[in-house]
Amino acid sequence: MFGYYLDLALRSLRRNKMLTALMVLAIALGIGASMTTLTVLHVLSGDPLPGRSDKLYYAQLDPQDMKGMDSSKEPPEQVTLIDGLNLLHAGRADHQALMTGGSVPVQPEQSSLDPFYVEARYTTADFFGMFDVPFLYGQGWTAAEGEAKVREVVIAKSLNDKLFDGANSVGRTLRMAGTSFRIVGVLDSWQPNPHFYDLNTGSYAYGEEVFLPLQTMLELRLDRGGSTDCWGNGGGGVGNILPSNDCVWLQFWTQLDSPAKAAAYQEFLVHYSLDQKALGRFQRAPNVRLRNVMQWLDYNKVVPSDVRLQNGLAFGFLLVCLVNTVGLMLAKFMRRASELGVRRALGASRRALFAQLLIESGVVGLVGGVGGLLLAMFGLWLVRQRPSDYAALAHLDLSMLFITFVLAVLATLLAGLLPAWRACQIAPALQLKSN
Amino acid sequence: MDILPILSTLRRHKLTAWLLILEIALTCAIVCNAVFLIGQRLQRMDMPSGVAEHELLQIQVADVTTPSNPYARLAEDVALLRQVPGVQSVASSNQVPFGVSSSNGNIRLDPTQPERTLSATTYFGENLVQTLGTRLVSGRDLQSDDFVDVETAMKGLNTGDSKSLPHVTLITQTLSERLWPGQNPLGRLIYLTPTVGLRVVGVVDSLARPNAFDTAKTQFTMVVPLRMGANKDQSYLIRTRPEDRANVLAAAVAALKKADPQRVVTTKRSFDEVRRKFFQDDRAMAGILTGVIAALLIVTALGIVGLASFWVAQRRRTIGVRRALGATRSNILHYFQTENFVLATLGIALGMALAFGMNLFLMTHYELPRLPAVYFPVGAVLLWLIGQLAVLGPALRAAAVPPVVATRSV
Repeated sequence: MFGYYLDLALRSLRRNKMLTALMVLAIALGIGASMTTLTVLHVLSGDPLPGRSDKLYYAQLDPQDMKGMDSSKEPPEQVTLIDGLNLLHAGRADHQALMTGGSVPVQPEQSSLDPFYVEARYTTADFFGMFDVPFLYGQGWTAAEGEAKVREVVIAKSLNDKLFDGANSVGRTLRMAGTSFRIVGVLDSWQPNPHFYDLNTGSYAYGEEVFLPLQTMLELRLDRGGSTDCWGNGGGGVGNILPSNDCVWLQFWTQLDSPAKAAAYQEFLVHYSLDQKALGRFQRAPNVRLRNVMQWLDYNKVVPSDVRLQNGLAFGFLLVCLVNTVGLMLAKFMRRASELGVRRALGASRRALFAQLLIESGVVGLVGGVGGLLLAMFGLWLVRQRPSDYAALAHLDLSMLFITFVLAVLATLLAGLLPAWRACQIAPALQLKSN
Repeated sequence: MDILPILSTLRRHKLTAWLLILEIALTCAIVCNAVFLIGQRLQRMDMPSGVAEHELLQIQVADVTTPSNPYARLAEDVALLRQVPGVQSVASSNQVPFGVSSSNGNIRLDPTQPERTLSATTYFGENLVQTLGTRLVSGRDLQSDDFVDVETAMKGLNTGDSKSLPHVTLITQTLSERLWPGQNPLGRLIYLTPTVGLRVVGVVDSLARPNAFDTAKTQFTMVVPLRMGANKDQSYLIRTRPEDRANVLAAAVAALKKADPQRVVTTKRSFDEVRRKFFQDDRAMAGILTGVIAALLIVTALGIVGLASFWVAQRRRTIGVRRALGATRSNILHYFQTENFVLATLGIALGMALAFGMNLFLMTHYELPRLPAVYFPVGAVLLWLIGQLAVLGPALRAAAVPPVVATRSV
């Protein structure tokens, strides 16, 4: 029966080539546009560390003075150096890392290469294990080495390729900002998107090429980037002067393996704030936050609002295309009232007619879906040509491919439902009579 | 043209007619809002910077090791750049309008007030007003004895020594109006820290922030006499004639590299590029919206063509009868045109309500302003036009139906 209906559907579609093309085109355009934007949205709002992100928490404290105090306000988005070091040394979490970013000049040994700047992450030792950073060669430094301000560096694969042609460079020397560092590790390709652990650097397609111990950076006063927020008499630091303790400029991440531990850690942050208040360093009542990765990304609204707007627009467009298809299909089915009347009179049940018409609309949906997929691939190619930082990430993955097809067929079947139902309401006698 | 027969015909095709109306309404609503969004983006891209955009170049150089005296290094560089043929003026600045990366301060008019009055961008650097080409409206420009080395100021801030901090500032007209509406700002104090007030000594016409994301706050800018040393975040700004820009930029970079071949030039561009880069997402969005509008109108037009063709084919015999009974070709033509007009009008009316609702949603979720009433007729006219254009073909085909059709197949 299915084969026969399919044959009927194809015949009917062929009879009205222009109209069929119109319906397929409308579906393809709608699906293409909405899948393009949905893919971009899907890529941008993805989990940067699947499987780990719910165990990683970002800590916020409120060390500000009483000016503009409002307990409903969020605490600052970063921590001061002194609080960061205190929390780090307290070691209450399963793992913890204090970090900030900047850029440092690399002076290659090869005379053929000019000095160049690379993005740097200054962090404490747990960073690599906590974020599950893959190593190609060697490993990170230990916490003790970090405290000893060792001149050690972990470099990214891209830098290793550039300077050492991809060879194992562990043990070799890298000269940066006038200081020699020993390479202890080379990372495999690693670029979490969004760049969740520090959103001040730009949220997407951002990756550091060198990783240095934070304590070493503090001693050498290497360049700091990102954002520094101060209050009171706080000075943001310049040149050799670090930001004062009235400025927040570092990120503190913890790994807490169970919800109970997370609750306990939040409690610890409150106690820490109370202790600091008793010492006279904090003035405000404890105002702490502990967000896991996805909560932190949500709170920061990392997905650009333009991307969400585009997605809304595309689905509006898909809706118009669907209404269009419903209208055309209805007109088409109603035009065949007499044919359907004859079939009914010859004994076909309503259910059979309904199935036949739905198969016809399903064929349109399938062809439209294929067209939509091609259009979406073209649309994503267009997105990749754009200068936005997230542009390069816009690729169709398997799950989106699947969703495209399901969406296309479902949408057209849905669009076919109403016309098919309407056409099945025809009274056969009336149609026969008028012939 | 009698409208009643049209209505009674449409009543017999209720579902199809409603679908067409719905399609027109959705298109109308989206188009109204999209045109409005495009207008917003274009307006944003036109945001004035207050500087001589076509005459400015920006260069950033970074030393591999921190120079022993960054202030002397910067002075040498500026002197060097002034020697480059074609250079009219050179300044150093910690930021540039539309440069994104910014330094901002919280302004208080009274050091004891709990909340800041507003946040303003603080430009640090010498010779800025002259080089940027912004106009001094009242008061005086900053003088060399106003300037304080930034590290001295930072140490003074940390130790509470107010003598080593700058004491004067320039502000923009907009900032002056916002802080002291209708009053003379000269001589008034602005507090960036609780201890030291900066006396306003001059007002400049206009100077945009690097982070001009909120149109209303774009001009909240002040120039503070802090002398910055050479560092990788400092920009050298060069004023030259528009036609000399490419040559001057190349010569200036060459001069800086010659002075120290180990240095890394991280930025070299004209201000036109600064602007283009800052507004690139707005330009892209305007392009996408234009594409969406075009696609929507095309799909809707094709939908109208499709449906009208069907109706014409379906009513061939009726048309033939009407023609046989004396209706002229133009009667038939007008019939279909009026039918489309009626449907479009209903769709547009519904579309207006939808557009309004969509705008309300955008206002709450995307911080957009209210849709001005002027956009409603734009959408209406556009859809009427599209409807009439789309129906013309099928209507002409209907008008061409000969009366003899009436006699056939009966």
